Amino acid sequence: MRIVVTIKQVPDTNEVRLDPRTGTLIREGVPSIINPEDKNALEAALTLREQLGGEVIAISMGPPQADDALREALAMGVDRAILLTDRAFAGADTWATATTLGMAIQRLGQFDLVLAGRQAIDGDTAQVGPQLAEYLNIPQITYVREFAIQDRQVKATRTLEDGFEVLETALPALLTITKEANKPRYPTAPGIIRAYREQTVEQWGIQEVQGDPEKLGLKGSPTQVKRSFSPPPKEPGEIIQAAPAEAARQLISRMKQRNLL
Amino acid sequence: MDFTFSKEHQLLRRMIREFAQQEVAPLAAEIDLEERVPFETLKKAAQVGLMGVPFPQKYGGAGAGEIGYCILMEELNKVCGATATIIGAHTGIGAMAIYLDGTEEQKQKYLVPLARGEKLAAFALTEANAGSDAAAIQTRAVRDGNEFVLNGSKIWITNGDIADVLTVFAVTDPALGARGGVTAFIVERDFPGFRVGTKETKMGIRGSSTAEIFFEDCRVPAENVLGQFGAGFLTAMKTLDVGRISLGAGCLGGSQAALDMAMDFAKSRYQFGEPIAQKQAIQWMIADMATEIEALRSLVYRTAWMMDSGQTGREFSTMAAMCKVYGSEVLDRCVDKCVQIHGGMGYMKDYPVERMYRDARITRIFEGTNEIQRQVIATNLFRKVGLRLR
Repeated sequence: MRIVVTIKQVPDTNEVRLDPRTGTLIREGVPSIINPEDKNALEAALTLREQLGGEVIAISMGPPQADDALREALAMGVDRAILLTDRAFAGADTWATATTLGMAIQRLGQFDLVLAGRQAIDGDTAQVGPQLAEYLNIPQITYVREFAIQDRQVKATRTLEDGFEVLETALPALLTITKEANKPRYPTAPGIIRAYREQTVEQWGIQEVQGDPEKLGLKGSPTQVKRSFSPPPKEPGEIIQAAPAEAARQLISRMKQRNLL
Repeated sequence: MDFTFSKEHQLLRRMIREFAQQEVAPLAAEIDLEERVPFETLKKAAQVGLMGVPFPQKYGGAGAGEIGYCILMEELNKVCGATATIIGAHTGIGAMAIYLDGTEEQKQKYLVPLARGEKLAAFALTEANAGSDAAAIQTRAVRDGNEFVLNGSKIWITNGDIADVLTVFAVTDPALGARGGVTAFIVERDFPGFRVGTKETKMGIRGSSTAEIFFEDCRVPAENVLGQFGAGFLTAMKTLDVGRISLGAGCLGGSQAALDMAMDFAKSRYQFGEPIAQKQAIQWMIADMATEIEALRSLVYRTAWMMDSGQTGREFSTMAAMCKVYGSEVLDRCVDKCVQIHGGMGYMKDYPVERMYRDARITRIFEGTNEIQRQVIATNLFRKVGLRLR
């Protein structure tokens, strides 16, 4: 089994605090971590390797600092780590990101399975996994909480809002993994030391992925951020203080006033 | 000068903090109440390589050095003094003695499984009549062919009843005294004549085990002499020197936890219509705690850096003693202020503050009392100016 896991380095939102005066995020000093559900994808890949043998390759697109996320993946036990970093990749939206990852995965040659986290805690789009599957032209199963592989077929249980769905498809395929799938292992202490002192993170730029600059980064992004803003705070609710029958009457009349009934 | 931790040490701290919060903290109150060694936690710690953090990877360790080991002790002591004590006695002194003075064969045979956490270690020096006066030990070792026969007893040995491998100090030549007359031995719990006595009930660190051990014609192979024959006292002192840095690091973690809890409480406890953090009396306590903690942090990690960069002379020994004295006394002041800020809540067993207060007290006593540490510091200082203290 050759398994590719796509990971993203994100700010640890547990550590993000609001400035009490301005109400904006304090980004300074916030540690960067591997996106939590990408860790679930890594865990799934490592468990699968333990069962079936093979190789796990972690791949990430990001600035040079994303090297730390890949070192952590090495410390968890992946065999190979590749960082896609180039000025030409900067400013990418989800489609250009998926394109870059897709080109890099094609450069790796043969693969059996691509695992991605369901979504990143900073963007929350859940788009890169599906777009990557489209780019690679392979089947995809999203929101996977459980899966098994037999005879080059993958059978996966998806978490949906109102239940579960079991799907089956042939390899190679892409799955996006949810946090319910497993408890990610800790990187080990000796693994951490080796990851920094002995192992290497391969750095691939536009030359290595053999990409068309028009399809990558800001230029290759069909969507663009026009403006970022904080939503206005919600108005406080109102409690109708009255005996139940009277409160219900008041509530109904208010709802009628607002054309809700 | 550069005070930043390396990338690997930063990730190691993040991983250990997560491990401590998820695996160690949830059991802290329970093991204290039940006086139970958390073997399940030790097993998990072994799986992620936390039982041999300072030792090179070729000996089964993590290869993270003394700085890495101090990070471990700091983070563990933030959540559980008892668990930290078990791992500290195992790694910091028990296995450390074998790392510092063992032969290559001894390291392969004993250090590797200890560092991997497959086996547990203890360090056995203290006796009923040899506490601060460690040179007064009476356990005897007499040569008999290819073996030594040990007789005597040790008290208050952390992990004494649960260790597989013990570093034991015994008199081999009473005429020579401490310098030349004491030898260190590696003793396995299965050696004939080794016996465990009473397990102590303690004020704090109750989840760690403290026991009496006996040697009754205990036969130890001559190849298990650790270090030079007759130089056991040096092995003990050298090991304890190193142990004092990580002990200081543990105190740093406990102090930081006390400060964090005190601030959380001061922020959320309202009296006279405002958080008590608005009171100058509280602010000054917080400011004093934070200041001492930063001073301790610098002292501990500078000393750990000295060890990792091979600067282990007399100045190192002085600094290590300072880590122990200052660390334990900063901790003492911090947990005391933390209880005071919490008021009645700090005295109740429902809150971890009460346990932290009890756990802290031992640090001024064990691994060389603070009084002995001060004597070490003063002796080293005066020696530099040409005066030999009695």
